[in-house]
Amino acid sequence: MYDVEQYDVIVIGGGITGLGTARDCALRGLKVLLVERDDIASGASGRNHGLLHSGARYAVNDPESARECIRENKILKKIAPHCIEKTGGLFITLPEDEDEGYGLEYQKIFIDACKTSGIDAEAIDPVDALRMEPSVNPALMGAVKVPDGAVDPFKLCSANMYDALLHGTTILPYTEVTSVIREGCSVTGIETRNTHTGERASYRASVTVNAAGIWGHGIARMAGVKIEMCPTKGSLLIFAHRLNNVVINRCRKSSDGDILVPGDTVSVIGTTSTGISYDECDELKVTAEEVCTLMREGARLCPSITHTRVLRAYAGVRPLIKSAEDATGRNISRGIVCLDHSERDGLEGFITITGGKLMTYRLMAEIATDAVCRKLGVPATCKTHRAMLSDPLVPRHSESATDELICECERVTFDDVKWAVNHLGVQNLEDLRRRTRLGMGTCQGTKCIARAAEALARAKGNPEETRELIRRFVEERWKGMTSVGWGDSLREMEYMQKIWKGRYAETAEK
Amino acid sequence: MENSLDQCIKCAECTVYCPVLKATDSYPGPKKAGPDGERLRLKDRVFFEDNLKMCLNCKRCEVVCPSGVKIADIIQRARHRHGRPIPGIRDMMLASTDLTGSLAVPFSGIINPVLKNGAVRAVLDCTLGIDRHCTLPEYAQETFESIFKKRFSRQQQSYPRKVNYFHGCYVNYNYPQLGSDFVKLMNALGFGVSLIRDERCCGVPLMSNGMFKQATRNAESNVNVLSGTEGPVIATSSTCLFTMRDEYPAVLGVDNSSIRERLTLAVKFIYESVSSGKVRLAFREGWKARAAYHVPCHMERLGWGIFTLELLGMIPGLELMELDSNCCGMAGTYGFKKENYGLSQQIGSALFSQISGRNPDFVICECETCKWQIEMSTGYKVLNPVSLLAEALDLKKTAKLNQPALP
Ligand SMILES: Cc1cc2nc3c(=O)[nH]c(=O)nc-3n(C[C@H](O)[C@H](O)[C@H](O)COP(=O)(O)OP(=O)(O)OC[C@H]3O[C@@H](n4cnc5c(N)ncnc54)[C@H](O)[C@@H]3O)c2cc1C
Ligand code: SF4
Ligand code: SF4
Repeated sequence: MYDVEQYDVIVIGGGITGLGTARDCALRGLKVLLVERDDIASGASGRNHGLLHSGARYAVNDPESARECIRENKILKKIAPHCIEKTGGLFITLPEDEDEGYGLEYQKIFIDACKTSGIDAEAIDPVDALRMEPSVNPALMGAVKVPDGAVDPFKLCSANMYDALLHGTTILPYTEVTSVIREGCSVTGIETRNTHTGERASYRASVTVNAAGIWGHGIARMAGVKIEMCPTKGSLLIFAHRLNNVVINRCRKSSDGDILVPGDTVSVIGTTSTGISYDECDELKVTAEEVCTLMREGARLCPSITHTRVLRAYAGVRPLIKSAEDATGRNISRGIVCLDHSERDGLEGFITITGGKLMTYRLMAEIATDAVCRKLGVPATCKTHRAMLSDPLVPRHSESATDELICECERVTFDDVKWAVNHLGVQNLEDLRRRTRLGMGTCQGTKCIARAAEALARAKGNPEETRELIRRFVEERWKGMTSVGWGDSLREMEYMQKIWKGRYAETAEK
Repeated sequence: MENSLDQCIKCAECTVYCPVLKATDSYPGPKKAGPDGERLRLKDRVFFEDNLKMCLNCKRCEVVCPSGVKIADIIQRARHRHGRPIPGIRDMMLASTDLTGSLAVPFSGIINPVLKNGAVRAVLDCTLGIDRHCTLPEYAQETFESIFKKRFSRQQQSYPRKVNYFHGCYVNYNYPQLGSDFVKLMNALGFGVSLIRDERCCGVPLMSNGMFKQATRNAESNVNVLSGTEGPVIATSSTCLFTMRDEYPAVLGVDNSSIRERLTLAVKFIYESVSSGKVRLAFREGWKARAAYHVPCHMERLGWGIFTLELLGMIPGLELMELDSNCCGMAGTYGFKKENYGLSQQIGSALFSQISGRNPDFVICECETCKWQIEMSTGYKVLNPVSLLAEALDLKKTAKLNQPALP
């Protein structure tokens, strides 16, 4: 009943940090197992802003993070061009910023700080800023051009998973860690439960890496050590189409709703920042106040958002570590935290990697993998700063609208679905959505989801599942739409409800 | 307006009514080419597909859309923004009605028989890609503008009420008879007609051939000239009217607000004048005919077909049949092109067979491109309602009824 196979390293968590770490370990020749309780990118890694920071946002207050960002920004553009859009970014100064001390004098401080951290920052004329990004607030007094970009979080996670798989990693989604096995002062493995079947198993490894994001707090407790985190919720709104082609930021101290990021077919305004309890991390809600704040502040970046349809709202939790705790841990930088629990707690074979950002995942993985290799006595060095990241090969949008499409809004074809099911570990419609963008478009799956469920069930050879797959998907989409249920989104919701209530009533009668 | 793509709820109703999609699956259809495709094109222009030029711009999708999405405008604007800017010589010829017309009219005696010659048509087919099965519209021996100057212009001053007439290229170069009918009719109703100084082609053939820059220049010039006029500006062609009224702002981005309210169509103007008691009609006695009315797509979009039906319904001797709502498939000069000919015929087939089934004396329709297509494909003669009315009315009696009361 128990898997007695011995791994070099077990990685807990299939977010970008876990996936990146698994890949790095695999590239260094280790035998790796990754377990994820849900699907990859179902935590913060699939619920963020998708901004490829240039570091400019941190330049004034946190130069170390700024330097980290610009370094990783350049590396990702090289090794993962298929996950990146080189949009460039603008930091704009508005007339109202003047009153709060963030006028054009602050712009000078900002540019100097960027330069000190090695970030190309150049003041440009408001007229040129408008030419570069016509949707920007025309009231702007000044603008600074920086090398911000957009990163596709789903594609980045898929790519790391795909690459890890190609290098022999075992990846088990829907496998939840229920306990951490301790023998004396060492962690020697994990016990798991399959969240679909309830089946239990245990796995052994010389080193276990806790990359469970905010939930790493609970994993650490299972291992008998304590890490204090401060879960911070951030909410975002997605617009129905792309409003801007250049990232727009405010040139002032960071606050709510001050970044508009173009990502694929949409633009996303974010974020807010609210401390929450651990219990709330699994049931995130976007409040009406947050929606209002984001709309109000967003309109200052780009006035046309007020008459643009909002597709949905979502929230994620930042896995931040309390700073008091940092003093005892091995604080690599103010952002990234890697804890070797043998040094910290006298517990062998256990490492926690957390904090950081989506776009610094590679560096986080490098740091964690260095620690793993040290423990294992493996001399291999990191290659991820130059090894190209494999392309998971699901094209974003078929190039011809006359192809046989399943999802018309995002142009996902039958072939894409087949490939994702066979090669990218897709088990349900949500997984399919994260790999292909199916159902992420204007109709939120209303039209395509039955077709997709049918194709998926056929590919997996389990047609009875279809009804349940659809129900789960539609409920999840619905949840994200309720906080923005006005105007055209409301009409879409009514239409969605009509179709799905109708269909379910019909099949229920039969 | 600009965000009309956001209004789409993806119900796919439009795809059911698109005549091109009915005929072929090599066209993505209004939903995918319009609001769906636009979202992707906003991300990257590589998602612009050349097959968007297959759109007839018939606006049938817009008529049925429950969400008010300007589907065809989105498609036309995308062609405007991303389309290939340099058309071939054929498209240029078909598009530049002003230029080709003014070159051809003086030589119409030579050109018309030549255009009818089978060998010449085969050559046009191979060299220019104008399908050999097509009958190209004949050129007139004299332009309408010159006929007007010689025969009509002097007496127009004597009428107390005035209208401006936008005749369009077709009347000017190919079918001046319609222009003459219009002037006679308006005179009988008590209106003097003036032509528009320096009228340019409305731009429809330019747009459908992808020459948006030239179309915009024409639009700007027409709006500019028309804003210097007073009183109603009347067209006999529904396509010219629709283009100037709705496509100038929506597709070309040319502001026509200074003239839009004054733009109207002859049938609508006459119907409104009659129904408000401003003018009266006297019909010829013993006149009889059976006619079938084909509502052109743009009349469908305007919702103005009703004016024609009501107006012609006043003619005592006329048995009028309304044909089912179908696109004829010509769409400007689309159907002349070799690559479109088959498709264009297929699109129009439902209309053609209904016409021959009904076997009317003639077909009525406000659009000249429908006229070419129907005449070429069915052999039935097509009349503009204005010509029909001019024929059915006793113009002398009518003129008397509408004479201003002497002081
Ligand atoms: C609102 C918001 C906006 C952001 N914007 C940006 C941005 O623009 N740019 C940027 O670079 N970064 C951004 N970030 C930060 C970035 O999203 C996170 O730092 C990053 O995704 C964290 O990845 P992770 O893998 O560490 O955690 P997660 O992605 O949360 O992964 C942890 C995984 O562990 C799994 N897990 C939990 N418990 C168990 C268990 N018992 N057994 C097995 N698996 C378990 C979870 O299911 C989850 O998938 C943002 C974050 C938020 C919240
Ligand atoms: S305008 Fe006509 S041809 Fe074009 S998409 Fe709409 S219905 Fe189809
Ligand atoms: S009919 Fe209108 S709302 Fe429906 S899919 Fe077409 S464009 Fe969208």
